[in-house]
Amino acid sequence: MSFDSPTWIVCPIILPLIAGLLCFLFRKNTFFIALFASLANLLSVAILLWQFLLLGPMRYSMGGWQAPLGISLRMHGPTILMLLMTAVSGLGITLYARGYFSFRIAAPKRVGRHERQERFFWPLWLLLMTALNALFLSADIFNLYVTLELVTVSAAALAALSGKPASQIAAFRYLLVSLLGSLSYLLGVVFVYKTYGVLDLQMLRQVASPGPGLQAALALMTLGLLLKTALFPLHFWLPPAHANALAPVSAILSGLVVKGSFYILFVLWFDIFASSISQNALNLMGVLGTGAIIWGSVQAIRQQRLKLLVAYSTISQLGYLFIAFPLALRGDGGQGAWAAVAFMVLAHAFAKSAMFMAAGTIFLHMGHDRIKDLTGVRKCLPLTSFAYAIAGVNLMGLPPSGGFIAKWLLLSSSLTSSQWWWSVVIMTGSLLASIYVFRVVSRLFVIPAGKSICACRPHSPLLEWPALVLAMIALLLGLIAPYPLLILETDTLVSCLLLGGGL
Amino acid sequence: MITNTLYSLCGLVLFAMGLFALFACSHLLRKILAVNIMSAGVFLVLVAAAYRPLGAGEVDPVPHAMVLTGIVVSVSVTALALILACRVQETSNLSISRNGLKVNDEEGSGG
Amino acid sequence: MKSRINNRPKRHDPLLLLLLLLIIILATLLVKVIYNLPVGITGLGEEVASFQQRSGVVSPVTAVLLNFRSYDTLLEVMVLLLAVIGVWSLTKAPFPRKTIKTSPVQLAVVRLLAPLMCLVAVYLVWQGSHLAGGAFQGGAVLGGAGVLMLVAELPMFQQISSRPLRIGLLLGPIVFLGVALLCIVNGGELLAYPQGWAGSLLLLIESACAVSIGLALSALFVGGRPVDDLLEKKKS
Repeated sequence: MSFDSPTWIVCPIILPLIAGLLCFLFRKNTFFIALFASLANLLSVAILLWQFLLLGPMRYSMGGWQAPLGISLRMHGPTILMLLMTAVSGLGITLYARGYFSFRIAAPKRVGRHERQERFFWPLWLLLMTALNALFLSADIFNLYVTLELVTVSAAALAALSGKPASQIAAFRYLLVSLLGSLSYLLGVVFVYKTYGVLDLQMLRQVASPGPGLQAALALMTLGLLLKTALFPLHFWLPPAHANALAPVSAILSGLVVKGSFYILFVLWFDIFASSISQNALNLMGVLGTGAIIWGSVQAIRQQRLKLLVAYSTISQLGYLFIAFPLALRGDGGQGAWAAVAFMVLAHAFAKSAMFMAAGTIFLHMGHDRIKDLTGVRKCLPLTSFAYAIAGVNLMGLPPSGGFIAKWLLLSSSLTSSQWWWSVVIMTGSLLASIYVFRVVSRLFVIPAGKSICACRPHSPLLEWPALVLAMIALLLGLIAPYPLLILETDTLVSCLLLGGGL
Repeated sequence: MITNTLYSLCGLVLFAMGLFALFACSHLLRKILAVNIMSAGVFLVLVAAAYRPLGAGEVDPVPHAMVLTGIVVSVSVTALALILACRVQETSNLSISRNGLKVNDEEGSGG
Repeated sequence: MKSRINNRPKRHDPLLLLLLLLIIILATLLVKVIYNLPVGITGLGEEVASFQQRSGVVSPVTAVLLNFRSYDTLLEVMVLLLAVIGVWSLTKAPFPRKTIKTSPVQLAVVRLLAPLMCLVAVYLVWQGSHLAGGAFQGGAVLGGAGVLMLVAELPMFQQISSRPLRIGLLLGPIVFLGVALLCIVNGGELLAYPQGWAGSLLLLIESACAVSIGLALSALFVGGRPVDDLLEKKKS
């Protein structure tokens, strides 16, 4: 297969899929299958990126059937960024999961349970990776539903993997809420099909015109996707589900899975049906985002447990993505808001995965995650504490992190589009974030005199390094800021929309 | 035309009923049933979208295929939800009887 | 927790009444929209009809399901498999250690019905190419046969071991995926069946998928992984 063959576009779907099936079949050497799949996935995404920079956006007709009859895949700027995000944090999570499970299996008690968890983790995780890649690549509104369900089932099964009652209750609730979201989305798809008679996104964009049918469809789909993205006040299911799962699973759920439904929402609002979105709806999203930032941060500050704190911070960070909505379709400010969303999504994916990994490592070594008893963890887990702090820098939005770039872009576009009130929210959010980050970091780095902190068992470097590397990537994202922007701008479709930003 | 709309309306009513039951009922099994009723409603609306007036060509097969896909997805998810509900019931009963404590969702992390 | 498991919803809860009101408003709005939707939308029916010849099957629904939108179907088969993996990860099969003696009536029913159901399943898969039917319908009937045999508590079905079951479950997905990849090797897109081969390839995919779907449904009915699923490693 030559490097410019169009077939590469199916690799991010096919490779993890085959690996997932093999992991279910063989049950031995599963880590190596998963590692190979993650590496191959990263490689194929890199090739896709190269193709994209040379050739621009592309489409691929599954089965050779052109739209509207068949299903197409498409690759444009946002897609390639999301694929990169999944591939890079996916590789990190795969490595971390290996360290995590081998550490737990090495522990003397409950070996059977940990083996079960590891066995089923690999196929579920690889199929989830398949589902996310398929979701980002899909160009068909019904196919998006199928991929959403694929994500739902695998994510819910992963969330329940720990086997504790609390995690199973949380996973059950998560499954039901996700189902409700998918059904609402599906009903929206039905309305779209009834109104326009096509399912392909590109064709929908051509025929879409404001009308009651489209409004109903958009309202239903948006509601469903917001529920899955856990935007305030629909976030109630997220903290227990993310906090009670196993650490690698928390990293997956918080870093990647919520981005899937957000991506669909974003594409629907700003690409496909952009002409039918009213300013009021955008402002409503901004208000909900504000609620998410404030509420999530305040809750995070109030938490007593580390993993719950991190989970609530996810809610508040997701709020920033929605603050960008009212800024995105306003003249010159639009471009900045687009880029801000891209940076926020990438930086949050890396930083939050790293943070959950670090929290998981701390939990493994201390045997608990009560924040007030975490004093001096730095002494036995220096790398992990460092990774946590770096990820925290990202959430606060200090330079040179990706979070800083995102917030900077949001601030400047709120000022240029003379909607200064959003900048107040962004500043307040950063301030609150620094409170909940420092609350933990200050404990981690203070070493009380003359007391042994924890009995440290030897562990593989895989338990500490992936978190650190991911956190560093998030931090350095700000230094390579022009490149993601370049990817976004290469996309002719997006830039057309941006030029006509006043739509 | 009238029958077609009637099917759609029935589907919507089922969807709304399921939605209400999902929030109103507290039993896990009832919640699963509520989601199933909702999906039945959506499928009904979808099947009705295949309708073509007499003489306007054949029935549209695409919604039928979509419903088939939807049904399989719904069966799989229902099965998973049922087993999960059973597990929740078993483990929570166990821990209630063992500790005499309420299992609190927010408490304890999975490490 | 107790309150959540409780059967009866609280009566006259003001929040519930508010919710009811909201849902009624939502439903009314949706009904209004559906009622006023334009009638003249043709959908994709004509498109399907015009390419029907090239799809390799006569039944339009099967053509859409396994040829025009086969990618959806591929993912959907994976959803079913994922559900099985998820269920297996949760719990062990709840079979009793000692098998209960099967009643002769049950045994007779199973002997009579199970082969018949398998036959019906084969027929449904075969029929899928020209009439209503296909892998999912056939698989569902096979699943029914499986459930019947499980309900009869025949010991041989309860002690089925993990490996053959996994191979059976993966048969459909792997054949589907294999055909899809062969299409790429052949020089086309993923799932672009070569000219003239579509009909037989579809039958192959459908048969393999029907077996896997039947097995998956039975496995979901069992509701847990086979008893020996995690023991393999310990023996070695």
